[in-house]
Amino acid sequence: MTSEEGRVINLMEPGHTGCAGCGQAIGARLVLKAAGKRVIVANATGCLEVFTTAYPRSSWEVPWIHSLFENPAAVASGMEVALKAMGRYDDVKIIAQAGDGGTADIGMGCLSGMFERGHDILYVCYDNEGYMNTGYQRSSLTPLGARTTTSPPGQLSWGNKTRKKNLPFIALAHGVPYVATATVGEPRDLMRKVKKALEIEGPKYLHLLVPCVPGWGYESNLSVELARLAKETYLFPVFEVENGVITKVRRPKERKPVEDYLRPQRRFAHLFKEGGEPHLEELRRIADENALIETGPATLVHPPSP
Amino acid sequence: MKAILEGSRAVAEAVRLCRPNLCCAYPITPQTHIVEDLSKMVADGRLEAGYVLAESEFGAASIVLGASAVGGRAYTATSSQGLLLMSEVIFNIAGLRLPVVMTCANRAVSAPINIWNDQQDAVSLRDAGWIQLFVEDNQEALDTHIQAFRIAEDLMIPVMVCMDGYVLTHTLEPVDLPEQEEVDRYLPPYDPTYKLDPDDPFTMGAMVGPDAYMETRYHVHMDMMEARSVIAKSADEFEEVFGRHRGGLVDAYEIEDAEVVLVSMGSVLGTMRDAVDGLREEGIKVGILKVRCFRPFPKDAVHDAIKEAQTVGVIEKDISLGLEGTLCSEMRAAFCGEESPEISSFIMGLGGRDITIDEIKKVARDLVANPACRVEFRALRDDLMKGDEA
Repeated sequence: MTSEEGRVINLMEPGHTGCAGCGQAIGARLVLKAAGKRVIVANATGCLEVFTTAYPRSSWEVPWIHSLFENPAAVASGMEVALKAMGRYDDVKIIAQAGDGGTADIGMGCLSGMFERGHDILYVCYDNEGYMNTGYQRSSLTPLGARTTTSPPGQLSWGNKTRKKNLPFIALAHGVPYVATATVGEPRDLMRKVKKALEIEGPKYLHLLVPCVPGWGYESNLSVELARLAKETYLFPVFEVENGVITKVRRPKERKPVEDYLRPQRRFAHLFKEGGEPHLEELRRIADENALIETGPATLVHPPSP
Repeated sequence: MKAILEGSRAVAEAVRLCRPNLCCAYPITPQTHIVEDLSKMVADGRLEAGYVLAESEFGAASIVLGASAVGGRAYTATSSQGLLLMSEVIFNIAGLRLPVVMTCANRAVSAPINIWNDQQDAVSLRDAGWIQLFVEDNQEALDTHIQAFRIAEDLMIPVMVCMDGYVLTHTLEPVDLPEQEEVDRYLPPYDPTYKLDPDDPFTMGAMVGPDAYMETRYHVHMDMMEARSVIAKSADEFEEVFGRHRGGLVDAYEIEDAEVVLVSMGSVLGTMRDAVDGLREEGIKVGILKVRCFRPFPKDAVHDAIKEAQTVGVIEKDISLGLEGTLCSEMRAAFCGEESPEISSFIMGLGGRDITIDEIKKVARDLVANPACRVEFRALRDDLMKGDEA
């Protein structure tokens, strides 16, 4: 898309205050590019809201609202029903978006309500695996073993003690007709999923892995590479589920060892010190479990125990 | 059309006549009859509106926020714990300048849990940036809801209509139900200058730092101050269309020569009128000031109404724990820097306890005997006051 002067228009414009290499900025730009101009966006509090709307500037070329941390799914629900009631819904799509904390923790109730009531909304979770906006605290989507400022390794700790909450499964348990995961490492796959989702009537859930330069602790030129490695190691499986059936899995050409993904990130550095091997082994086992997604829907509902 | 309606039903009919695009609520006693009536109207096709069954009051408030942001007329209702659960969104709706209308069926706040009427819930949210109007009876509840949409949309400030739970929501009274044509004449379709629309994109709810945040608060404050004249005007224009004057900032009863003025908000005012009639027969010069608009606080109207009185007793169903009744504090603030009548705080009727005519008369007689300013809980049970000796 270009302006009258021939300038390329990004529906989420650059010039914002995001970090160099920010995975979420890449993700949001691609989501909007795929969605096109006829959307209204409800955004949660978080990095994306902060770095794109520092008053009096805005990166958004589409109608966009930020209300609170935990409510974009509910705000979007109200928008959808009101627009339908006013007869203004015909060519409009609605996107609700939040980070992993806004989705999996504080916004879970509103998200469940949006799913359960069946609103025609695409919900995008930008998962950077922690509360990065407030200084890298642990969320329920922080991976096992990761160091955050509230799950620090120490004499009695090897970092985060829990596995990632499984949001795609939770969406599926609501009967959400389209559930997909994607990463910013594969823009074309991501954009195809956004376009496809927006053509489906009803609630849609897209879980998008977005690496965070300062939170994960890596060089800012590695965001896309790390997103790819997350998929290629199966630490973040990339798949698509339509009406409860897995219709597509992005298989790595060559499955990589988890160390390839973990080693460039300072949040996992302690796992490579003496005594860390059992924790690396646990992450290998999680990757093995994730790889089982290839065998079909049954494993989605009942993941095998190690 | 005259009808005998429960207060909740009167409110639901008023909301229906205002043609909302979206109603949304989460059930909580004693608000439930309002939202049940609205959902039945939608089910029967009497009300063409989106109706969303929210997953919580927090969700319900967020849903009406979204509906209002796209230019819809949106309504919700709640009580007590529900209002407090909404509170983060309540502030947000006001800050975003969205003209949502809400009914608060006033109820006590937990703990201890108590489903009966007092006004602690709404009073606790006085600083949120909502206009708060307290009504005395079912007709006033009905009329005030119709005015509420008009006031909210004129000012782009949300309005909370506060009605006493059970005392009004669950009580049948005769009301005059307006015709649709009259309401349409009074309340034009909602057409906001700013709304979320792909044809004219704009950003709503941006991050505002120290360089501009204070100015946004200043503008809301100034518009809230201005709201006092809009509220008064809306009542006058209501009278032109509907032939009755129900509304405005304050109301007075037998106040002209009153040496003792009793002040309150909500349904207890009816009981207070009866008490005053009796006291007048005894020769006590007592009158009533009804505070209808609690936010914005009608300082001038309050000041002028009670400035000639010797002593004033504020009877209220809320307390700022550790100080006094909140309305009492604000009455005193109306005399900043000036000589003021004695203004006392009488905490009564918390958690649904009846406020009787005799108790009100006793307050007035006690004020005649001792006009000095004080804070008192009235009509407490002796057997629960004894502590360890009991």
